[in-house]
Amino acid sequence: MSGKSVKKKINVLEHELVPKHEALKPEEVVELLKNLGIRPEQLPWIRVSDPVSRELGVKPGDIVRIVRKSPTAGESVAYRFVVSG
Amino acid sequence: MSEEKIIKGIKFGVLSPEIIRKVSVTAVVTADVYDEDGLPFEGGIMDPRLGVIEPGQKCVTCGNSIIACPGHFGHLELAKPVIHAGFVKHIYDVLRATCRHCGRLKISDDELSKYLDLLKRLEVRWPLLARGLTDYVRRKAMKVMECPHCGSRQFKIKLEKPTSFIEEGLEGPRRLWPTDIRARLEMVVDRDLRLIGYNPELARPEWMVITVLPIPPISVRPSILLETGIRSEDDLTHKLVDIIRTNDRLRESINAGAPEVIVEDLWDLLQYHVTTYFDNEVPGVPPAKHRSGRALRTLAQRLRGKEGRFRGNLSGKRVDFSARTVVSPDPNLSINEVGVPEEVAKVLTVPERVTRWNIDELRMHVLNGPYRHPGANYVIDPAGRRIDLRYIKDLKAVAENLKPGYIVERHLKNGDVVLFNRQPSLHRMSIMAHIVKVLPGRTFRLHLAVCPPYNADFDGDEMNLHVPQSEEARAEARVLLLVQEHILSPRYGGPIIGGIQDYISGAYLLSSKTTLLTKEQVSDLLAGSGYEGPIPEPAILSPKVLWSGKQIISLLLPADFNLRGKANISAGPLRCEDYECFWDSYVVVKMGKLLMGVLDKKTLGSQQSESLLHWITKEYGNNFGRKFMDNIFKMFLRFIEMRGFTMTLSDVAPPSKAVEEINNIVEEAKKRVFELIEQYREGKLEPIPGRTLEESLEIRIMEVLADARDNAGEIATQYLDPFNNVFIMARTGARGNILNITQMAAMLGQQSVRGERIRRGYDVRTLPHFKPGDIGPEARGFVKNSFVNGLTPIEVFFHAAGGREGLVDTAVRTSQSGYMQRRLINALQDLRIDYDLTVRTPNNSVVQFLYGDDGVDPSKSSYGSAINIDRIIERVIGWRL
Repeated sequence: MSGKSVKKKINVLEHELVPKHEALKPEEVVELLKNLGIRPEQLPWIRVSDPVSRELGVKPGDIVRIVRKSPTAGESVAYRFVVSG
Repeated sequence: MSEEKIIKGIKFGVLSPEIIRKVSVTAVVTADVYDEDGLPFEGGIMDPRLGVIEPGQKCVTCGNSIIACPGHFGHLELAKPVIHAGFVKHIYDVLRATCRHCGRLKISDDELSKYLDLLKRLEVRWPLLARGLTDYVRRKAMKVMECPHCGSRQFKIKLEKPTSFIEEGLEGPRRLWPTDIRARLEMVVDRDLRLIGYNPELARPEWMVITVLPIPPISVRPSILLETGIRSEDDLTHKLVDIIRTNDRLRESINAGAPEVIVEDLWDLLQYHVTTYFDNEVPGVPPAKHRSGRALRTLAQRLRGKEGRFRGNLSGKRVDFSARTVVSPDPNLSINEVGVPEEVAKVLTVPERVTRWNIDELRMHVLNGPYRHPGANYVIDPAGRRIDLRYIKDLKAVAENLKPGYIVERHLKNGDVVLFNRQPSLHRMSIMAHIVKVLPGRTFRLHLAVCPPYNADFDGDEMNLHVPQSEEARAEARVLLLVQEHILSPRYGGPIIGGIQDYISGAYLLSSKTTLLTKEQVSDLLAGSGYEGPIPEPAILSPKVLWSGKQIISLLLPADFNLRGKANISAGPLRCEDYECFWDSYVVVKMGKLLMGVLDKKTLGSQQSESLLHWITKEYGNNFGRKFMDNIFKMFLRFIEMRGFTMTLSDVAPPSKAVEEINNIVEEAKKRVFELIEQYREGKLEPIPGRTLEESLEIRIMEVLADARDNAGEIATQYLDPFNNVFIMARTGARGNILNITQMAAMLGQQSVRGERIRRGYDVRTLPHFKPGDIGPEARGFVKNSFVNGLTPIEVFFHAAGGREGLVDTAVRTSQSGYMQRRLINALQDLRIDYDLTVRTPNNSVVQFLYGDDGVDPSKSSYGSAINIDRIIERVIGWRL
């Protein structure tokens, strides 16, 4: 009873306040970087230790797509480059 | 001529003793500055080899004159090393991360090469992550208490702020002297240093312990010659003298074999002087004082803070071709003009290149000379020689000598473009380009419609004016910065420039149904507003020909303009939602005719979206919007001048019947409050959920008193004449609101501090005029009198207490938001929107994938889209509905 508390496993991706995250396929990565004309580290970063990255099981070097609902734009798409840490 | 070089990068590092000695032109050996003749000592702090002091001299070191000589460093050998206070943190880190015995990083060799390998790869690709690795390695090394290389035991090292280190060894704590520290730091090998984030080529840790102090050139610390002929030395020179004196004493004591305590005391004194020489505001160190008691301004103080080198001299500088004076209004200017005093126009100049086409005009300028207005101050010939016209007797000769290729720095004149600014420059509309109009007087004149973007008024505000000097700058100002390009605000898309105060009152009065104008009046209004064209059929033919105000206003509207919307006065009993409007509070414009509705703040005011001004500027262009405002505002002012517009005490003095009713309301409210207090005392008061009984009572009392004020205000306004000027201003939104009228006519109501009734003062009462524990309305800051009645002394006190809070709030808010603004601007200033609508940094990294997530510029769109279909339909068929 005391000391040990049973941690409930929560999938953060299912929380209503967490927008949709997904790992990009290699061919999508190539296309994205070509369209933006940048190297992957010039994208905004996300850590592998981030609860979302852990849930997705991504590794450093991957790219995550985030699709948010926005009151002004309807849907907005953003990308994150996964880094170690 | 020196060869041209291109800067590829800048590296910052720590100066090594060798480099300091190498760049030094002289060793400073004596603390004496000048001899009896006032000549500087060789080997002293003002040694001539350190640079030229007086104009005309030649530098002993480099042979240049005072203008060209950059100054030369000297050096001072310290008798004992001292810690550089700016690097204590680094010294502390390196000491803890390395072994006290062998000097190796306390990480085993295997791990070391593994991390080093990782670091090398990170540095190539992601330098930002390399930083994280070095931090991690350093922190890891610090925790190790036994050296993995030599096996020796490690001890805790404590940093005794600001500059001493204590090692807690087996025999108790022991002070680490700078010599001990330096010896340890010297042992650390280069490879290990790289792993904890130092580049040993640029910053060996032992260099952070000073053995040789660089003596800056005299040009860095010039002495001032006072009128009395006495030399006054710079603060840095004073500090350096202190250091040299102490250093000499320390060396002598050591050589003389003085007791250890004395040497250590002098050593600490030297440490103090060197610390304050670098930074006189180190926490824990008493600042070094001048003889007068003023703290010395040493190296760090020169760089740091608002007036420091970075913020004061590099990010912001004083500029030429600028002027500043008081601003005052001039409704006869165009909104994009600025009135410039002739005195100012004769000082500010525009360089104009002589060509075949402007030579006659420029000759006229030169002939007028520097003291007559459209003149010129300088002529620059093609060889680059600058002729100062102040000292030219024969201006005619200079004028005749002008040929294409010369440049004339002529006076500012009508039609020039200048930048106009009022601080604080919080948004882009705080600096706009205006067209110059040279006027008599000594103030800058500006149109009242541009007061809102600058947030200017005329209670003594000053504004700045800058004259662009290059053709590119002038073109940029004309195309991007002119006032009309900023009518629509990027913040909310509506016009930020528009009518204020009397413009709105005037518009209301002119467009009101009761206004009928004679032919003379119509001519007057139309002439003032620059209308050229026929006068329409009069609205009334008999017994006298009369025109309605709406007819005249319509003459200035574009012929195909349509608009529908509520007026500002459409509120309360005058509310109208659509065409059937008895009160004339619904505006309809069809095919350029104002058919119904009065014009007021909603249609013509500044900062009103979807107003008449908004659609006019949007649909007919910025420049048309500007001209429209120029013309129609002149008409409104002309009309309000014709009619007259004032306010008087009787405008807000309620009739005796109203006073009676108001008194009844007050009595009623007081009775209710005492009932509540009674209930509270008896414990019968129903608490509000989540509140204590006391809080509930306060809230209920506040409600009752607020209602009382509102009801009193309503009664007062009911009795006011609707065409009373004060009431007109409040209703049309020209100035003030109904609450202000309530306070003048009916009562001020409850005064509050921090949202509560006033309770501060004595223990259980606000003022000695009340019984202890009195929580009735009067004792807690309820003001039942109005400004017309006059306040009792007690009421004045409560009103002042409430008013004070407002003042304090604004003072705090402005300073906080100012700091936030500064930080935001520093963080965001280099971001740009690329052609693909992404937001990027200068190195092309992406910040937003689509500007604002929707890629919309509010001032160029309507509700986020490029076209507003409703508005287009209204424009095309609106006149038929």
